[in-house]
Amino acid sequence: MAQSKTTKTTKTKTNSEDYLRMYRQMVRIRAFEDQANQLYLSAKMPGLTHMYSGQEAVAVGICEALNDDDRITSTHRGHGHCVAKGAEFKEMFCELLGKAEGYCRGKGGSMHIADQSHGNLGANAIVGGSMGIATGSALRAKLQGSKDVSVCFFGDGATAQGLWYEVMNMAALWKLPVIYACENNGYSEYTRTDEIAAGSILDRAKAFGIESFEVDGQDVLAVNELSAKLVERARKGEGPFFIELKTYRYHGHHVGDINRDYYRSKDEEAEWKKVRDPITNFGKWLESEGIASADELVAINDEVAADAEAAVKYALDAPYPPGEEVDMHVYKGIEHALA
Amino acid sequence: MREITLSKAVNEALAEEMRRDETVFILGEDVAEAGTPFKVLSGLVEEFGTDRVLDTPISEPGFVGIGVGAALTGARPVVDLMFGDFLFLVMDQLCNQAAKAYYMSGGKLNVPMVLRTNLGATRRSAAQHSQSLHALVAHIPGLKVAMPSSAYEAKGLMKTAIRDDNPVVIFEDKLMYQDKAPVPEEEYLIPFGEANVKREGSDITLIGTSSMVQVAEKAAEILAGEGISAEVIDPRTIVPLDEKTLIESVKKTSRAIVIDEGHQSYGITGEIASRLNEKAFYHLDAPVLRMGAMDVPVPFSPALEDLTVPTPERVVEAARKLVSGELIHAA
Repeated sequence: MAQSKTTKTTKTKTNSEDYLRMYRQMVRIRAFEDQANQLYLSAKMPGLTHMYSGQEAVAVGICEALNDDDRITSTHRGHGHCVAKGAEFKEMFCELLGKAEGYCRGKGGSMHIADQSHGNLGANAIVGGSMGIATGSALRAKLQGSKDVSVCFFGDGATAQGLWYEVMNMAALWKLPVIYACENNGYSEYTRTDEIAAGSILDRAKAFGIESFEVDGQDVLAVNELSAKLVERARKGEGPFFIELKTYRYHGHHVGDINRDYYRSKDEEAEWKKVRDPITNFGKWLESEGIASADELVAINDEVAADAEAAVKYALDAPYPPGEEVDMHVYKGIEHALA
Repeated sequence: MREITLSKAVNEALAEEMRRDETVFILGEDVAEAGTPFKVLSGLVEEFGTDRVLDTPISEPGFVGIGVGAALTGARPVVDLMFGDFLFLVMDQLCNQAAKAYYMSGGKLNVPMVLRTNLGATRRSAAQHSQSLHALVAHIPGLKVAMPSSAYEAKGLMKTAIRDDNPVVIFEDKLMYQDKAPVPEEEYLIPFGEANVKREGSDITLIGTSSMVQVAEKAAEILAGEGISAEVIDPRTIVPLDEKTLIESVKKTSRAIVIDEGHQSYGITGEIASRLNEKAFYHLDAPVLRMGAMDVPVPFSPALEDLTVPTPERVVEAARKLVSGELIHAA
């Protein structure tokens, strides 16, 4: 890594750093999810969770175009957004395990993980539930003259929610700095989206006069290039925008959705993993461009895997919140709601 | 002291808070030039402009969600929901999102949003524009619920709601907008969770919310003529609820009727009656009575609609029975 950097010009060197950070962030998401899946399979995690594996280029490509001041809203499949927006493994695993040191003191869990310090307004367990929140964040930015941009992540399944059409209408009327990012992984929970979606998703956004784009969600560079342009334009008041990112989820709807032959084939899954994996393909590109060697990429993978493992170990040993916290954080300004 | 209408009181509260804090803004249907169908907001857009008094499309879930997002990130929106009946349209944004954000984030995110809406039947508006749905939101931890009973309360509670760091739903009775009450010129706030003893008495406690406070006061007046001394209490906020004042009163009077315009079953009247039974049981001489709206959809025909809400006459009738001992074994 250091070697390749020294061989480049200053400008390229910066780019190399950006590229390698994007690679590392995607690997971090995959490593996080592999550990989370293991925690579920070994019955060490309460409840269940929804894996982001396969969609890493979407979260990383977009979040690398954002600053800490920019806000995102996330989904039930939200670990990827959380990592990509700057969250730490330890606090994330603690949250997944319901521990006191979690981002939400164990009160939110996987489906409500939020990281206020990096502008992540939280995952949301209601499909499409955060579309109003992202739009409201953008309205606040406009009213207060802030330059931050809000990105609303949601899946193809959420395009069936009426809320989206209501808030897109207002975002377009008021020219809000919001980007609606639809991660189209092809499946609405356990149903093929093409069986339940009429017409074109892209055209739905266009109908509101919103500039809309389609991008390969497995190509982190393409995602990042488009996102960077749209974020800058949104900052200048040229928003809102819509992006449909074609991607694929490697796991089932959630970790317990193991036998899924009835809605999609193993061959289809194998094909995406083999041919269209965002991490493998970006790694190959980094090698072909001389930005990193195969060994250097393996070293990143190993380092990240070790970090994830250490964070899991830490979280497993970390204490649960004391029982007295159960009625805390119900109302701001009231320490214990039931006292 | 000057007297102003409830409508004017709300308008003043909003204007004062918008002058004091530039993060406060109003969002909703027909709030700007129209000033709402009840004209409560008239004049605000002229002073604060369309950036702070925003007309929205008829998209209740959408603009309530937008209010939640604005509140989560540093604004203090007052979201105007034209009729309380439309709460059913916005339940996800209000109850799954706004109410839970502070808890789910372990105290890192909060939603200082006011949802301004109304309640009240007998306006001949039929079943979808006449409901009193405050019990629905009072059921959800994380929301505060204020129920002003006069212009004085409407102003003081609204100002407190806007300054509160939590989501507050404030229900105005749409039949009371033109009712006048003394309201000081100088600024005041009414703290949440502090009941107001409107009238002291020794034989029975009448607990009323919103316009039912007036019903209770009229009943108390009639009862006084019959030698029955009724205490009238307005909780002012049902979340938080000033249990202490209610319990102390009932310990003194040993009887109580709870009067509220929400449906009687599974409602506010049952909740308050239950708390009094749990905490003042040995002081009671009669079962605590619930008097809510009839458990039927609100009918259109005036001949039927008037039957569905508590009236001073019905309160008086029930109070007589309680005081005379007729209802001791009725429960």
